This record gives sequence, C-alpha cells and structure tokens, in this order.
Amino acid sequence: MIAERSITAQKIIESISSKANKVGFINDTELTNALQYLETKGIPTNKHEDYKYCNMDAVFKKEFKNLSQEFNEITNEDVKPYKLNEAINLVVANGNYAENLSDKIIVKGITVKDLNVFTGKKSPLASLASSNSDAFIALNTAFSGNGIAIKIDKDQVIPMPINIIYINSAKDTSLVNPRNFIHLMPGAELTLSERFINIGKKAFSNFLSEKAVDENAKLTSYTIQEEGTEGFSVNTNQVKVGKYSTYDNTTITLSGQLVRNNHNVVIAGENSQSHLNGLFLTSGTQLVDNHTLMDHQVPNCESNELYKGAINGKSTGVFNGKIFVRKDAQKTNAYQSSKNILLSDDGTINTKPQLEIYADDVKCSHGTSTGKIDENALFYLKARGIGEVSARKLLLAAFANEVADKIQIESLRTHLETELNKLY
Amino acid sequence: MISIKNLHASINGKEILKGINLDVKAGEIHAIMGPNGSGKSTLSSVLAGREDYEVTEGEVKFMGKDLLEMSPEDRAREGLFLAFQYPIEIPGVSNINFLKTAINEIRTYNGKEAIEAKDFLALIKEKQKLVELDAKLTNRSVNEGFSGGEKKRNEIFQMAILEPKLAILDETDSGLDIDALRIVANGVNKLRSKNNAFIVITHYQRLLEHIVPDFVHILYDGRIVKSGTKELALELEAKGYDDIKHQFEKTQG
Repeated sequence: MIAERSITAQKIIESISSKANKVGFINDTELTNALQYLETKGIPTNKHEDYKYCNMDAVFKKEFKNLSQEFNEITNEDVKPYKLNEAINLVVANGNYAENLSDKIIVKGITVKDLNVFTGKKSPLASLASSNSDAFIALNTAFSGNGIAIKIDKDQVIPMPINIIYINSAKDTSLVNPRNFIHLMPGAELTLSERFINIGKKAFSNFLSEKAVDENAKLTSYTIQEEGTEGFSVNTNQVKVGKYSTYDNTTITLSGQLVRNNHNVVIAGENSQSHLNGLFLTSGTQLVDNHTLMDHQVPNCESNELYKGAINGKSTGVFNGKIFVRKDAQKTNAYQSSKNILLSDDGTINTKPQLEIYADDVKCSHGTSTGKIDENALFYLKARGIGEVSARKLLLAAFANEVADKIQIESLRTHLETELNKLY
Repeated sequence: MISIKNLHASINGKEILKGINLDVKAGEIHAIMGPNGSGKSTLSSVLAGREDYEVTEGEVKFMGKDLLEMSPEDRAREGLFLAFQYPIEIPGVSNINFLKTAINEIRTYNGKEAIEAKDFLALIKEKQKLVELDAKLTNRSVNEGFSGGEKKRNEIFQMAILEPKLAILDETDSGLDIDALRIVANGVNKLRSKNNAFIVITHYQRLLEHIVPDFVHILYDGRIVKSGTKELALELEAKGYDDIKHQFEKTQG
C-alpha cells in the first residue's frame, strides 16, 4: 500500500513512465534513489516547511491531473525571438538539447554535448543534486530530459555569453524535466544566460541545473523567466563554488503562473564569493516563490543577496533566504536584503530570512522591507507635471533597475526594459 | 494670474488656513512672511494640490480656471510650480529622465510634440549655467545625496527648465548660506518677466534683499493680517513677529 502523500507522485510516475526515454546518463543507484524518494515522500504539500506557501501537491492535483506528454516540434522560427545576437545560442526543446536549432560552437575552450556524454558510474550528474533533498530534484532525476552538458576548459575566458533557451510547446498538459550540467574548469570564465519560454499548452517545467565552478573560475549567470500564463515551473540550481572563485546569479521573473526557484549555493572553497539577485513583478493570481540557500562551508568567503518584488492584483510573492554558516566557516561575510512593494490591497508577500550560524567570528546580516509606493516621491513627480501612470512607472522602474541593471548583455537588457515596462 | 478667495483648509480635522485672500497679477512678486505654524507651508501645499489637506471653503482661480478642481499634475501643466521646502530624494530616477518626462508630459498636455533630444540638451546646459549647478548632479538620481543647498538649487533649476507662469518658492532660503542664497536669487531675478509671477514664502527678510517683492503679506494664524510694500518686511525685521502677534491678539480681544 502506498502512503497517502505519495498518491500524486505515483500518478505522475505512472503517466509519464511509458512515454519517457530510457535515461542512460544517470547511474542506476541514483535512479533508484530518486524513484524511492518520490514513492515514499511524495510531492510536497504546504505542510512541508519549504513549501509552506507553495502547495505543489495541490497544484499537480488541480492543474496536472492528466499528463498527455505530447509535444509540438520546435522550429527555428519559434526560437528566433529568444536568440541573442552577441551570444552563442543553445536550444533545449521540450526538455531535450536540440543541436539542430543551436548555434555552431566555434569558440575555443567550450565543449557542448547532450547528457549522453555521461555514462554509468562515472557520471557527474546528481553529484551536486541529491534526490534525497527535494522531491523536484528526485522527479527530474527519475525522468530527466536529455539536456545540455557544457564544459569550459581550464583558464579559458569565454569572450561571448552563452544563451540557453529552454522552450516548451506541449500539445496538451505536460511535464518537462530539462536538465543541464555546467562545469567551469579552474580559471575559466563565462557569462551564461538561461531563458525559460513556453509557447504551447499548459506545461510544468521542472528544471534542474548543476553548476560546478572550480577554483579561480568565474560564472556570471542570468535566469530570465517568461513562461506566461500557461507556464508552471520549479527551477532548481545546485551550485558548488571552489576556492578563489565567483558565482553570481540574477533571476528575473517576468511571467509564469507559478514559479518556484530553489537556488542553492554551496561555498566549498576558501576566498570565494557569491551574489544572488532576484526581481519579480507579479499580478493576477501569480505565485512567485524564491528560495535561496547559501551554505558557507569554509572560512573567508562572502555572499550577498538582494531580492526585490513588486506585488500587484491578487498575486503572491515569497522570498525565503537561508544562510548556513558552518562551524569551520570563520570570517564569513554574508548579507541578505529583501525589498518589496505592495501595489494592491489583495496582494501578499511572505519574506523570511533564516540564519543558522555555527561559527563565532562572522559578519552576517539581513534586512527586509515591505511598503507601498512612496507617496511623497509620487507627489513630487506629479508637482512637475508628470501624470499618475508615468510617475508610477518611473518609480517602479527605479525600484526594479537596481536588480535589472545587473544584466550586462546589452540585447538582453534592452529586451528586459521593454518587457518590464509593460509590467509597471 | 491667481486669485485666492476666502480659502479655508484643514488637515486631520484641524483648521490651518482660516480665510486667505490674495491676488497676484502677471509681472508681480509677492512675499508671504509669517512665524512658524502660521500656515505658510500649508498654503503652498494646498495650491500645489497635496491631498493630505482638505479645502473646506473658498476658491482659487488660476489663469481663470478653477485650480482646486485640478489634479496636481494638471496644475503643473497649466503653469504652476512649487519649489519644495524639503525636496524629495528619488533614488534610481535620474534627473535627466525626470526632467525629460516632465517636459514632455507638459508639452503633450498643451498639444505640443515631444522635445528634440538636442534641444533638450541645449536647454539643460543653458539652465545649469543660470543656477550654477554642477553638471554631474544632473546625471545623478533626483536629489539623492545632494547637499541642502544643492537641493534648493535643483528646485530653481527645474523651475528654469519648466518656465512656469506662477512659481511658489516655499522657504527656498532656509538652510542656504549667503552664496547659495545669491545664486538662487539671481536665478529668480533672471527668470522674472512681465508674463510670470512669483510667490516667495519666507521666514526672514534676508531673501527679500535679493529678490525684491512688489508686495509683502504677513500670515498669522491662517489669515493674512497685514499687507504692504517691501518696507513692511523691513518693519517686521526690526520689530519681530511678537509685535504682530500682540496687535493681532488685541484686535481679536
């Protein structure tokens, strides 16, 4: 007999098992673990502390009862609007790397393959993402799409960004499990943009990325989410940062009915740093839930987080930031800030800093603020002839730009400006 | 230009303005003086359209139109300008973007096309000189990190750019050293013409040595209790506000 809580998981497994490809790139032990976790723990409900504001079990029961797992073929025309001129564009279509839609790699020091490059026991997949830690890691591991493996060679500073487009086009309600493994060898540097698009029917995108940043390496990554009203997603990043290295991410949520981001960074090498930034502008009945974990395992490292949300309509925003400073992680500097604007009476923001500190010589702080739009500033602008609508746009843009300005790819920044302007 | 009749206004149920009457014609400079708490800043806030205040009685005609019916932005678009006593800092909004938006919204309201980029830049340059504002400040966020004097100069700079018909200077002299005061006053003097008018609200006579008013009014307890020419300001400076208070209380008694 199966436990009550795993009924949803069982249903998912049953309905997609027959249509899923046999996954050869994840080793058998990991596969077994993943399935076992799903069968015993199930899909989290709001009773699960980490999913308190994001009842995934309910979402699956209501929105993803029947999974068709039928997809439209993605064409060049479909992906064209999301390619960036100044980048190497790679496409993951309905969960699988589509080499035919991707740019040819002519830059030295980059290896791009599908996940079949990894085989058997030596596969690094799941080395940074344990199925025992989260149901969505387990779900992805059990039914992973054949995503992308990127390796940047030692000491290679890649002069142009890589832009990965994850695009889904379901014929009918479906679940997609895109996955990648990004490895920066020692001394390598890369700017990575990851864009999430849905052009088909209702789709649940359960994305999982493992990112290994070796010593002296630097990874600057952008996550741009625009999956629209038919898009539901869990976006999990499992990052490991080596010594003297830098990992930065800026996540901007432009749309998506439900967006859950799990951004987990393990700071495993001394003298490294990591910055996480987030921006979400929500409306309607959207739910955007950002969970971050900064796991400081070693001394002399720095982390900084800035998450900003503007909540309109009946939507909900969540920021839960956990900073974990282990016993050995002396001289840690860890900061966290969550700033929010409530634009409507029916919107909700839940923000929670969680500091667990086991070292005694550290600097850690957090701050959170939630308020309405600044009435004094609004009046000042109006007193200069600027109308209500433009004045609000100016103030919201000012609020958002603190995060949006982190995006250093010009064409992407321009795109964001246009899209954000529609949301103000 | 502006005609204020029997204006009463209150905040949180407390009456601050108790029947103000004032007529300002084109080409005139009026000074309004008065002790703290007499209602000077309330008057400027009510005229600019701050919603915290409730107008309970009276009327204000601006260029023949009912000012109190208009939104704050429409008052500005019709040519009313308030130089704030405490200019607001707006992080993230650049002065340039702010001014361009303001100019264009005013132009659209008045049926004009948006300003050309080169004309806008020329305008900025010209007016910067007028108020001796550091060009670097224009590229920064609105008033963010500005010193007290820089904020006040930025107000006059904005005024110079927007060229209002009626400008109300709300204690623009407060917190200014003598050099900044001179710069601000010079700005106003260069901008005054027979087609515009100024209401200068001040606590001290000092500013009026530099901006010479045609009329001086003394505001006390929500009313204009005395009006005269520029000599009234000197008289006030010599005798202080206590004299006014005594006289006023005698007439009330």
